[in-house]
Amino acid sequence: MEEFLLQLFIFLTAAAIAVPVAKRLGLGSVLGYLLAGIIIGPFSLSLIGHVDEIMHFTEFGVVMMLFLVGLELKPSLLWQMKTPILGMGGSQVILTTLMVSTLAFFFLPWQQAFAVGLIIALSSTAIVLQTLKEKGLMNTAPGKSIFSVLLFQDLAVIPMLALLPLLATVAIQDSGDHGSALFDIHSLPGYLQLLVTVLAIFSIFLLGRYASRPIFRAIASTGVREVFVAAALALVVGISLLMTAVGLSPALGTFLAGVVLADSEYRHELESDIEPFKGLLLGVFFISIGASLDFSLIGENILLIAGIVVTLIAFKWLALVMTGLIFKMAKRERSLFAIALAQGGEFAFVLFQFSKTQGVLPDTVIEPLISAVAISMFLAPLLFMAYEKSSADEEEKDDSRESDNIGHTGHKVIIAGFGRLGTDLGRFLISTGIRPVIVDHDASNIDVLRKFGFEVYYGDITRLDLLESAGASEAELLIITISDVEKSKALVQLAKKHYPKLKIAVNAHDRSASYDLMDLGVTQIRIETFGSAINLGQDSLELLGYDPYEAYKMGRIFKKKDRDIFPKLYKMHREDEANYISMYQRHTEDLEETMSLDRNSNDIDILDKAWRAKDPR
Amino acid sequence: MHKVLINFAHPAKKHSKINTALRKAIEDIEGVTVNDLYSNYPDFLIDVKREQRLCEENDIIIFQHPLYWYSTPAIMKEWQDLVLEHGWAYGSEGDALKDKLFFQVISAGGDEETYHKDGYNRFTIKELTSSYQATAHLCKMTWIPPFCVFGAHRGLEEERVRHFSQEYRKAVIALRDGTLDIRQVRQDKYLNEDLDSIIRKTD
Repeated sequence: MEEFLLQLFIFLTAAAIAVPVAKRLGLGSVLGYLLAGIIIGPFSLSLIGHVDEIMHFTEFGVVMMLFLVGLELKPSLLWQMKTPILGMGGSQVILTTLMVSTLAFFFLPWQQAFAVGLIIALSSTAIVLQTLKEKGLMNTAPGKSIFSVLLFQDLAVIPMLALLPLLATVAIQDSGDHGSALFDIHSLPGYLQLLVTVLAIFSIFLLGRYASRPIFRAIASTGVREVFVAAALALVVGISLLMTAVGLSPALGTFLAGVVLADSEYRHELESDIEPFKGLLLGVFFISIGASLDFSLIGENILLIAGIVVTLIAFKWLALVMTGLIFKMAKRERSLFAIALAQGGEFAFVLFQFSKTQGVLPDTVIEPLISAVAISMFLAPLLFMAYEKSSADEEEKDDSRESDNIGHTGHKVIIAGFGRLGTDLGRFLISTGIRPVIVDHDASNIDVLRKFGFEVYYGDITRLDLLESAGASEAELLIITISDVEKSKALVQLAKKHYPKLKIAVNAHDRSASYDLMDLGVTQIRIETFGSAINLGQDSLELLGYDPYEAYKMGRIFKKKDRDIFPKLYKMHREDEANYISMYQRHTEDLEETMSLDRNSNDIDILDKAWRAKDPR
Repeated sequence: MHKVLINFAHPAKKHSKINTALRKAIEDIEGVTVNDLYSNYPDFLIDVKREQRLCEENDIIIFQHPLYWYSTPAIMKEWQDLVLEHGWAYGSEGDALKDKLFFQVISAGGDEETYHKDGYNRFTIKELTSSYQATAHLCKMTWIPPFCVFGAHRGLEEERVRHFSQEYRKAVIALRDGTLDIRQVRQDKYLNEDLDSIIRKTD
């Protein structure tokens, strides 16, 4: 127990020190973790042991990450991405495997060369996704392409696990027990294995679509937060166990579960519950990669390993550039795409281990390759930084050129929420030449905009990191069109606290929501349905035979009146609040107040007073 | 037969008996188009292309409006500002309105004698419409004196309203058929000063 706590303490402390330092230096958290791993690892301070076990355990962070990624992807969106996933992912894996295998064939028998090619083709989902998220690139065009390839690679692990044993050339070293603790699917005949696998996937769909809602509702109604956390964790762990039992990748299984739950109203809850676990596990996972770098082996074979690393990155990069060319990516998009995925992945560790036990690859081949993959993963964040630096330089050049030609200052505007109201608001702003950054947690209706190259982020904007990545620190205006007043309020508070200069305009669901927003000092508030109500009233008057100009003016006068009496209603409402009244009562009283103020107004009198003047004499 | 466009501008039609009657008197005449500016553009967002097309399609352009503050209702000014574009209405290539006939149909609150140098309103109707004469000139149009109804503030008797309506109808038909003596009417103070003497008998 003390041993465990000590290890935990060392890992957490290393992370707590290394990550902030790395971020301060602009290196990103992944590199920070990796460095922390090297420092506490067996080759520098030697503070930790059992690195392999820890790495194996914390691989679960990758599983959780894919669950979270799945949560942000609706099935419809995933379906739209089928072409990039199969096309780009497929050509990347095939090209890389071909190139690497061909090269390896000069040194190894063809079976081993082929196995190495397959394993090297995989990239690091953990490092790449983490870095993309940190840099806010997930929803950009190259981000999507990169994600598609990673997803395909995760899928490809399954056939690879089936294929590798067929390539065995050396005597099996140990029998190995990669079966599940619960039940070994391999004892079943082939057709039953397939059936069980299909059933397992089907049960995830059933669970996600039908069973999860009542279960989560029941748990949420208890109001005990940690029970929900426990249920969320149990869901992820359970699916991983199920997938392992049927011989599928747990990452794939939880990803599917995430996708199925992406439509669920409990998505945000699940997200925020799993997020910290994922973060910690991944962090420790990265630390253990850093710690597992075998410096004595590297030292002995420095030239060989350096050669492998360079070749690995160069070949993967080349295959990615070719994939980019096949799919006609823009130049800048292609260069990010190629840089981002040019490293070995964590699945390589798993597959190398598997190859060893299956007698596919001998130790002498595996050891330098594992080191090379780890080093390439270590270099990945550095390559990202190099890319950013060069593209920033390019952008600067671009900017100066563009501003010469266009010479118009773009307003920086963020729209939070792109639902019924946000869609038209966004269209309107875009028509005026303002290109807002749109943040919404519903991906479906903003897909079109993304195609037109607009900056769109999925996710919960009430999270500070998302608000930041949407550019809140440079933005001039934040428009909130979220119908949930609690979320609007949370966002207003967050924005006012962290970005005091940001102007705010808010849509309020109803009158009492607008009072709540006024409490927070917001001055630009529009009640969601008010404009439509008056416009419809205007149409009605016209249909009743009123002169269109008269109907228009009456609408305008009413709108102005409403704005004028608003502060008064607000004051009355707040005074009422001193004595407790029920929501329902409050609503009726509001209605009464509004109506009586309306009745006392003299709209008709002011309508055309000017034009009914008697003889001026 | 000439085609006639009547741009009608009144922000509170239901309070104006005379304008309603005048409009009714000419609405059904063949070859006449009534374009109600306040009804078509309650928010003042004038469809410039449509308005220009209407002008191009017609030979006679009439503005019917009350006299507000010695001028027109606001939308007419907006109409002028937006529709009369350079290169279309004026300028070396702006010939769209060239040789079209232009006049106003004005309902004035005061009596005729108040629109005089020594009268209550200090200026004559001819003087008060000088900016429209200048506009017509710039747009190469033929300006003729306005059709005027005075004393609207006091409220006109049914008899007078009927009289003006008949005269208005007569004038519009004569202009449409080309039987109104343009040269002669330009000498008059008002189009309806002595209508019968300037309309050629066709039969």
